[in-house]
Amino acid sequence: MSTQVYLQYVVIPILILSELMVFVRFLKGPSVIDRVVALDLIVTIGIGIISIYSMITDTSNFLDIAMILALIAFLGTVAFSYYLEKRNKND
Amino acid sequence: MTDILIIILSTVGALFSLLAAIGIIRMPDTYLRISVNTKAATLGVGLMLVSAAIFFQDFAVTTRVQAIIIFILLTAPVGAHLIGRTSYFTGNKLWKGSVVDDLKGKYNIKSHELQSKNVDDERKKRHIERTDQ
Repeated sequence: MSTQVYLQYVVIPILILSELMVFVRFLKGPSVIDRVVALDLIVTIGIGIISIYSMITDTSNFLDIAMILALIAFLGTVAFSYYLEKRNKND
Repeated sequence: MTDILIIILSTVGALFSLLAAIGIIRMPDTYLRISVNTKAATLGVGLMLVSAAIFFQDFAVTTRVQAIIIFILLTAPVGAHLIGRTSYFTGNKLWKGSVVDDLKGKYNIKSHELQSKNVDDERKKRHIERTDQ
């Protein structure tokens, strides 16, 4: 059994399962903050999926996209927290 | 040997991501969910990226992986602090099993400033001094 087969049939399903569980919290989350946190975690696990997928397909170019996703996740969290706090302040 | 190392690192990383997902779905409180998000997910993704660096054994890939890991390690606590602060201001209640709330009464609700003394105590003291005069 080669490494890539193992990654494809064991590691990727675990990651997809965790992605689905986070998505349940994203749909359910009682407050907006929970949804923002779940979105951040979805993107973070997505970076892991990209790194595993780049190993399976033997293409290292996907890691550039992982870097940009990390940047966008951080910017999204900061922007959401900034504007949610401001909205609360104006009330 | 390299294959075994890749398999171990990627499996442990995936399991940590799974733990983060279970935590975010089972934790009773927004603050505990934020804690899970920053700790477990960062470690899991870092391990998976390290396994990718070992797989390719290329200078360019290793540099990218280092950049991503350092970026995640720097930004995860900052984002968690910002979102937790916002959550405290928007009035999310702590879990009923929480033992201590160190920030209670220390934030000025109007100006969003953190003070070392209790805001309500200060106000009461000033009120008492005024009534004494």
